Amino acid sequence: MSDDLVRLEGLEVHFPIRGSLTDVLLRRKQGVVRAVDGIDLTIRRGEILALVGESGSGKTTTGRVVVKLTRQTGGRVVVDGQDVTDLWGTGRLRPYRRRVQLIFQDPYETLNPKHTVAEFVSEPLEVQGIGTPGEDRRRRVLDALDAAGLRPPEDFAARYPHELSGGQRQRVVIAGALVMNPEIIVADEPVSMLDVSIRTELLRLMLDLRRDRGLTYLFITHDLSLAWVLADRIAVMYLGKIMELGPAEAVIRSPRNPYTRALVSVSPSTDPPEGEGADERTILVGETPDAAHVPAGCRFHPRCPVAFDRCRSAEPPLFDVGGGQRAACWLVEGASAAAPQPPIATGGDPVA
Amino acid sequence: MTVQDAATLRARRQWPMPKQAVPGAPLLEVEDLSVRFRMPGGPSVKAVDGVSFRLEDGEAMGLAGESGCGKTTTALSLVRLLPANGRISSGSVRLFGIDLVPKTERQMARYRWREISMVFQGAMNALNPVKRVGDQIAEPIEIRLGQPRGAAQKRAAELLDLVGIPEKRASAYPHELSGGMRQRAMIAMALACDPALVIGDEPTTALDVMVQAQILALLERLRRDLGLSLMLITHDLSVIAETCDRVMIMYAGRVAEEGPVRRLFSAPRHPYTAKLLSSFPNIRADRRTLDTIPGSPPDLRKPPPGCRFAPRCAHAMPVCTEEAPTEVRFADGVRVACHLFPPGAQGVVASGVAASGIGGGLVRAAALPSAGGRP
Ligand SMILES: Nc1ncnc2c1ncn2[C@@H]1O[C@H](COP(=O)(O)OP(=O)(O)OP(=O)(O)O)[C@@H](O)[C@H]1O
Ligand SMILES: Nc1ncnc2c1ncn2[C@@H]1O[C@H](COP(=O)(O)OP(=O)(O)OP(=O)(O)O)[C@@H](O)[C@H]1O
Ligand code: SF4
Ligand SMILES: [Mg+2]
Ligand SMILES: [Mg+2]
Repeated sequence: MSDDLVRLEGLEVHFPIRGSLTDVLLRRKQGVVRAVDGIDLTIRRGEILALVGESGSGKTTTGRVVVKLTRQTGGRVVVDGQDVTDLWGTGRLRPYRRRVQLIFQDPYETLNPKHTVAEFVSEPLEVQGIGTPGEDRRRRVLDALDAAGLRPPEDFAARYPHELSGGQRQRVVIAGALVMNPEIIVADEPVSMLDVSIRTELLRLMLDLRRDRGLTYLFITHDLSLAWVLADRIAVMYLGKIMELGPAEAVIRSPRNPYTRALVSVSPSTDPPEGEGADERTILVGETPDAAHVPAGCRFHPRCPVAFDRCRSAEPPLFDVGGGQRAACWLVEGASAAAPQPPIATGGDPVA
Repeated sequence: MTVQDAATLRARRQWPMPKQAVPGAPLLEVEDLSVRFRMPGGPSVKAVDGVSFRLEDGEAMGLAGESGCGKTTTALSLVRLLPANGRISSGSVRLFGIDLVPKTERQMARYRWREISMVFQGAMNALNPVKRVGDQIAEPIEIRLGQPRGAAQKRAAELLDLVGIPEKRASAYPHELSGGMRQRAMIAMALACDPALVIGDEPTTALDVMVQAQILALLERLRRDLGLSLMLITHDLSVIAETCDRVMIMYAGRVAEEGPVRRLFSAPRHPYTAKLLSSFPNIRADRRTLDTIPGSPPDLRKPPPGCRFAPRCAHAMPVCTEEAPTEVRFADGVRVACHLFPPGAQGVVASGVAASGIGGGLVRAAALPSAGGRP
């Protein structure tokens, strides 16, 4: 059994830009949105991999490919050694959907106000034909609610969404994923709508579930601080490409890509640096980049504070900088490709 | 930045001070403010309950606390824009010494937008989608300052420039602008009448970290260049730590702790402040230390007796569920309402300050060396 649970190889998702009628009539060349533009990414069994980046960098699209809700336009998706790139169709995807679940950002959109908690959580069981109607499914639903921290589960089963707090709603969404007994959870900004106190409770729940059920997470967030406290490894995305990848400690404490460095420098902290070096923030100027117009060369070069000639003409690959860390930047070329690779610590429980 | 001298800042004002201004009075002094929301067929919501604070010219104060603790309600009562079922049930809001609470709606026009303006929570998504951004900024200038169309449009262009939106983008519709640009436009709107104080209610919450950094840098620049005072409402403690001089932590409608940011965040005294901080992910701290606050804030229709935090507090003592703690002030400018710090305890500079909370003969935060915030 390999340690790589999910492997994305050269993954590419390009969306066609639907042109206007005149464009079509004039046979004007139509562009594409390069939402995901050739990434290699591995999610190891039992780890929490955080995918961070600005809005529009392609995080959600990557997550949707993993749960097979979005069709890639290139590359391969390998899960647990099985190539699932061309696995499509409701019937064929059924077993896959049990193993890989998605949790959305907004519990208000995910939950139907007219359905009770029990109805919401048991729906995937019915769709998938898991268990037998009646007592068996009811048992599974209650177990999932309990695992999601809604206790006693009997109290919550009959409630409607409006009778729940924001944090409880997100727990219901998590229960809806857990009821399938998945191995992989793709969590797309699962706590960004929530208050601090509820947020940490849910993060702790996610960690407990990993410990108790051996879950693997792809955790999508634009909040570097969250990635910092939760993830084993962090992947930084920019305009459809991975700019840096490595153990959380390395990516945050010694980022090697200038974009990652800028992101870390502007991430606010409750103890901002004092005195000397208090203002080492690198605030990038300019518009948020647009995936329909990806710059040539290193796609970050127009905003990069240290770009040089080569960056404008050639795109840097992800260079190995040692310690399991990789960065896409010409400045780290040949940095320490030969450095010995220490084993990467996964597991552990960052939430004390 | 140190708080600039009030006289210097007031001398730079574009408009004269209000006629009724009391000489020497601070910019804003809120005392014992309480707000109730009427609820059909039930007890009213005590959303704000005896809140006092003071804001000096040029100062930036952060207001933090969990969702529902009364941050927005406090801010809305300063500009008297409470929802229809809300009412200030007691207290005063003195701007330059002038109490705004008894003012009529007509009289408020002299103060709202012109002295205190507000960037509302989620407002950048509430821009009129079918109106050009420049016009949306010019319109309130026409109405609030009674300026002719042409002058108002010229002013709108200046304001957009001030917040870093190129003049030619004034003709854009909201959907043609990024989230960060829309938020800048909202800030421009708040600055239209040269207010002395701008209240930002979660002004960067929905934004990416880089755009957030741009907006916060903008606010800091405006504060420095225009001598603005800021009240920054956010649940994001790190944003307050990076931008404010002082911070006020609210819990269930009351002030838990207030004082210089540096003091509060490095040595919180109130158990709630301590919990909030330790449950906040901190990218500069050790990553294995994220704490949680058990339970949730109380229902403000029937708040618990005594200290409202008692049901969730690890330090609660018998007295905590019986009596509400009084506010005490320390020599370093921090005030706390918690039974762990009884009046007369060590370091407490004056006892029995609960009733007035601030002002009078008490130690003023601005007079202390640690109170200045970032150099
Ligand atoms: N179905 C679609 N059709 C066309 N373009 C799309 C589609 N889905 C996403 N995009 C575009 O692809 C790019 C990446 O989008 P994606 O939602 O993956 O970004 P994200 O990193 O999740 O951003 P956010 O932080 O805002 O959620 C964006 O430019 C987006 O507009
Ligand atoms: N119009 C209203 N009618 C009744 N109750 C209200 C009304 N507006 C606010 N409340 C209640 O008053 C309390 C304080 O709300 P407020 O909006 O001031 O909180 P907040 O601290 O700004 O929270 P958030 O961080 O979620 O914005 C809450 O309990 C809220 O439910
Ligand atoms: S007064 Fe008591 S319950 Fe309230 S915060 Fe202080 S110790 Fe805790
Ligand atoms: Mg997304
Ligand atoms: Mg609010």
